[in-house]
Parts: sequence; C-alpha cells; structure tokens
Amino acid sequence: MLKKYMAAGVIAAGLVGVAGTAQAGKDLDAVKARGQLICGVSTGVAGFASADSQGKWTGIDVDVCRAVSAAIFGDSEKVKYVPTTAQQRFTALQSGEVDLLARTTTYTLTRDTALGFDFTGVNYYDGQGFMVNKKLGVKSAKELNGATVCVQPGTTTELNLADYFRTNKMTFKPVVIEKIEEVRAAFFAGRCDVFTTDASGLYATRAANAPTPDDYIILPEIISKEPLGPVVRHGDNQFADIVRWALYAMIEAEEYGITSKNVDEMLKSENPSIKRILGVTPGMGKALGVDEKWVYNIVKQVGNYGESFDRNVGMGSPLKIARGQNALWTQGGLQYAPPIR
Amino acid sequence: MAVESLGSAPRRTRVAPWNDPVIRGWVFQIVVVSLVGLLAWYLVSNTMENLARQKIASGFHYLEREAGFEIGDTMIEYSPASTYARAIWVGILNTLRVAVLGIILATVLGTVIGVGRLSPNWLLSRICEWYVEAFRNVPLLLWLFLFYKLISEAFPGPRQAISMLWNSVFLSNRGVYFPVPMADPIHQWMGLAFLVGIAAAFFINRWAKQRQATTGQPFPIMSTALGVIIGLPFMVWLLGGAPSHMSWPELKGFNFVGGTVIQPEFTALLVGLVLYTSAFVAEIVRSGILALHKGQSEAAAALGLSRGQSMRLVLLPQALRVIVPPMTSQYLNITKNSSLAIAIGYPDLVASVNVTINQTGQAIENILIIMAAYLSVSLSISAFMNWYNKRIALRER
Repeated sequence: MLKKYMAAGVIAAGLVGVAGTAQAGKDLDAVKARGQLICGVSTGVAGFASADSQGKWTGIDVDVCRAVSAAIFGDSEKVKYVPTTAQQRFTALQSGEVDLLARTTTYTLTRDTALGFDFTGVNYYDGQGFMVNKKLGVKSAKELNGATVCVQPGTTTELNLADYFRTNKMTFKPVVIEKIEEVRAAFFAGRCDVFTTDASGLYATRAANAPTPDDYIILPEIISKEPLGPVVRHGDNQFADIVRWALYAMIEAEEYGITSKNVDEMLKSENPSIKRILGVTPGMGKALGVDEKWVYNIVKQVGNYGESFDRNVGMGSPLKIARGQNALWTQGGLQYAPPIR
Repeated sequence: MAVESLGSAPRRTRVAPWNDPVIRGWVFQIVVVSLVGLLAWYLVSNTMENLARQKIASGFHYLEREAGFEIGDTMIEYSPASTYARAIWVGILNTLRVAVLGIILATVLGTVIGVGRLSPNWLLSRICEWYVEAFRNVPLLLWLFLFYKLISEAFPGPRQAISMLWNSVFLSNRGVYFPVPMADPIHQWMGLAFLVGIAAAFFINRWAKQRQATTGQPFPIMSTALGVIIGLPFMVWLLGGAPSHMSWPELKGFNFVGGTVIQPEFTALLVGLVLYTSAFVAEIVRSGILALHKGQSEAAAALGLSRGQSMRLVLLPQALRVIVPPMTSQYLNITKNSSLAIAIGYPDLVASVNVTINQTGQAIENILIIMAAYLSVSLSISAFMNWYNKRIALRER
C-alpha cells in the first residue's frame, strides 16, 4: 500500500517537474521545419486582405506575408492565411496559432509591450475618419454631437472615438457589433448616423458595400494616427528581423526604381546600392540569415511597395486611394526605409 | 458466533490501519484532493511563468484604470472616464436586465402556450403547436438576426419617426422613445413603499389562506394585494406633493433627446430569447400537466369547478412539482444564451469584457471574470429554484 502512495507522490513530483517547459524558442525554425508561413490576416477588407472566389488571397497586407515567405523560402506562395477577427487576432498570435499578423493592426505602445509583441514596421499610414449619409447635411465631424455611431469592437477605433467626442465636449451613442459585415449592414440600414473606422476602411466599405456609394461622404477630419503594420511575438529576434526587412526591401526597391518588370535587368546595374540590395554583391542575405537573392525574390514575385499599393488600394484598384502619407519620403510621404547595407 | 454479535453493539475489531475502511477512505480522499490541488497549482504556475516569460502583463490591477470606451446602453451612470471595473459592472447589469425580464416573460408566455396546446379548441391548440415547432427548431442566433434586421430595416429613421399617443411616444430604428417623470427624491420613497406593499400583500395572503382554512370564509386576495402594492406608492406620491414634471422626448439634431428609450438591440435580444425559450417552457408545462392523473381533472369537474378554475386551483399547482426542475435548466439557458447579444450589438457582460481584453491584452483574467459572473448568476438561479422546488414538493403524510 505504501508503495502505491509513493508512486502517487512520484507522479505528482513529475508533474511539477515539467512545469514551464512550454516555451516556443525559435519561431523561424518552426516556420522552416513546417515549410510554410502561417499568416494572420483580416476576415475580408477589400484592398488589405480578401479572398477571391478561388480562395486566392490578395491585398496589401497579404503582400507582406508573401514577401516574408519569398525571403525565407524563395517562394511567395508558401503561406497559409488564417482569417482573424479584430477580437481574436492577438490571442491567435500570442498562442502561436499564427507566426505573423499582417492585419491592419495599429502600432501602439501597449501592444508592443504588455501584449508581448514586436511591431516590425508600418506598411500603411492610416487615420480614423467618419462616413455619413449626405442627406444629414453634415460637413464636419465637429457637427456630430448627439449622433449614433456604428463601430466595430476590439480596436483602437473605439478609444479614439470616445476620446474625440470627449475632447470636443460632444456626446454620442455607440452601436457596437462584433462582425464587420453586421456593423456595415446596421449603418447602411440607418441604425446609425455615422460609421467610423480607419479612412482606408471607409473608402473600401463605400466602394464595395454601399447600396449607392455616391450617397455617402467621408468627413475631412482624421482623428487619429493609425500606423498599420505587421506584428510578431516577442522572443525570436531573427524572425522579427526578416519580417522587418522584407517590408523595408519593398520600400527600398521602389526608391531605387526596381520593379517586378525590370528586376532582371537591374541585376546588371552598376549602382553599388542596387548590387547590394539584389545580392549581386553578397553579404546582406547572410547577415539576415536568408538567401542572398531574397530581395530579388520579393520584388520578382510580389513587386515593390509602390506596385503593391497601386494594385491593391491605389489607382489600379476599385478603392482609388491616393498615395498621400504613404508616398515615399522622397515624394513628401512618410514611407522611409533604412538603407540595406 | 454470528448470532452473538447480532444483539450486541458493533464492536470494533482491531485491524491494521491500512485495512481499516475509515482510515483508508480518508487517505484516499486526501490523496485525490491533493492531486487535484497539485494539478491546479501546476496549471496556474505554468501559465504565470509563461506569461512572465513572454512579458505579457498579468494581475487584476487594470480594473482600476480608465476604460476609455463608451457603452451605448447603460442602467447606471457611466462615461469613458469610468474604470474598467465599472464598464464590466455595466455589462453585468445589462445581462441581468435581459435575463430577469426574459425569465419572467418566457415563463408567462410559455405557460399560456403550453396550456393552450391542451385546449379542446382545435384551432387554438394547433396554433400553439405550430408556435412551439417553429421557435424551437430554428437556432436562436437566426431569430436574433431576424428580429434585429426587422427593427433596423422596417422602422424609419428618427427624423421620420412614427409618433403615437399625441406626440409622446416615438417609434424609429433608434428604438421606442417615451416620456418619463423627471427625477425626484420622492421616487426613492415610492420604491420603498412598493416593496412594503409587496411584503404586506404577502402577509395578507398568508392570513387570508389561514382564515379560509379555519373558517371557510374566502377573502378577495388578488384585489387587496393589487390595491396595497399600487396604492401605497401612490399615497406616498400624493403626500410628496404629487410632482408631475415629465421629461418628453423631442427631436434634436440627430436623435431624440429627453424621455427614455428602449433600444432596438435590447428589444431584439429580449424578444428573441423570450420567444425561443417560451417554446421550450410550453412543452415543459404541457408535460407537467399531462403527467397528472386524469382523475384529478375529472374530480375537479365533478366538484363543479370550471375549466379555468380546475386548471388554476387543481392542475397547475400539482403540475408545478414536475415542471420546476426542468424549468431551472431553461432559466439557466436564458441567462447563458443572452451572451449571443454580441452578434446584434447589445452591450452585455461579454461585450464589455471583450473590449477590455482587447485593450488590456489580459485575456485570462477577463475570461475568469466572465466565468465567475455567469457561474454566480447561474448558481443563484439554481439555489433559488431548488429552494422553491423543496417548498412545493409533495409532503407525504
């Protein structure tokens, strides 16, 4: 009998012994071993991440995932896309369900620290705006006192909204619905006077979901800074570096005029910077721990930042969003990549 | 030998402690409890350690920080400057509001439908049957979407609101606006008088029952009780100088200002929960009545009681004994199903906590709060229903 109790004690001690071994050390190793990058994206925001009828994902966020895949595997299609709602996304990344979150996620201090994440850059400079029906005759967000506002939960949007109305001594009533489709439906049915989200989302919604897009206007006020960028977990700095520089490489490529069309000719360029970027002069790939042709692969398969922007949200897309703040720094915008050298 | 030991008190024979059933029982219980405790400790400490390793904040300190988000439908004072704790409390109250009203209405409606299904009137019983089949065979979530869409699509905007009762009640897709009395200190006293009235009615009822049992004289309980419950607050109101200032809803800017409002999200959720659950309640009531022996209704009829009287005085009170236990499950279902509110935007407990999770990133703590809240509400309902069940249980003599 005593033996039995001792056995129980040993098992219990054994249980305690394993405590705390669940530690994901190398995210990059896991990605390589799997042969696939798992990327958390939106459930469907036109221009940022949406799946077509064949299940093929496109969008400016999707291009970040493809660029990372191209850098690691030399193939931009080795990505599995996991659609996440605004609510689920952080838990999905924290728990390791996804390797990388490229999901119109605003870069903030809390998220970068207390949530256990690292933001690796900004792939779209956005800001929160308001959309109203023209019939209301509203010309400015300052006239919105007493309005009912449709908003999706689980975002910085809710906080900015409350802050803006508080700052301007106005009141509002929120209607908060979890699924973005239901929020839009409620707004277009007239349940709310105002729909608020990031301006890019307003343009996308107006173009894709409004019964008659011309009935709605987007008010001039942009009430917040929303730098949207890819996020990884704390802990694997090499993986974070690859995600960071994959985006920088796209921006850098645009700056040097390297496009998916001319990248093969650019290999013969005499410009030392371009030679370094494209791996003709080796060293950069080794430093990052990827193939020397990593930028070539990204630009060849995904395109540079300008191409991606234009194809997904810019003038080459139904959204027709101007480059604005997202132009290169050389053209008065904010997109600025540190040099690849 | 066996015969000898029969008469005498059971004498404890000396056995080794590991063969003594009492000691052995205790030892095993202690081992099991400590194993469960160890497992719990392992899970908690492992989680804490991993959270710390990933530099994810933990603990409940965030509850005192400013929430910063607005809530559309609140029963108590709340603003974005309030704390997370208060935001969660607002959510709990909203959940309780819809659960309590839902339980009351579903019980009443379900009983009516259940009794209706047993009616000898062919049409009435068929209608009740269709009602039950329609509502319980479609998922609740779909009903919620349907009712919410009906309200938000079918009603006009606030500027074209349908006005009723001489421009005092307004129907629009923002909800039903109606006038309410201006806040006055007398209202608190009226509330107190209302409670006193209920207590008084309770005692009058007891006294009247006793009197009828001893002397056989009936007493008009219903009208007296109603008189006391309504009359007392009314008298207080008169004594307080009958303040009759009303706050009227009027269109100002985007929406109505003044009065009070029942919002579409609340209406859709309540209607959905009540209609859906009442179908189940109806079946429970029906089964409770059918479980009674046929002799009961025949005996009641033989005594000359009308159908209504025999239902009210003979059948339903007995059926309650069968009805109460499954009814408890339905009440718990209403409470838990109310968390579907998130789909149509009613700001319940889950909604508040979800926003809090997203802003603080502390999922584990917040999920614990949700679980604790639902658990305590559900356990309270169970405890109350068990008490009630014991009270009405058949006392065998």
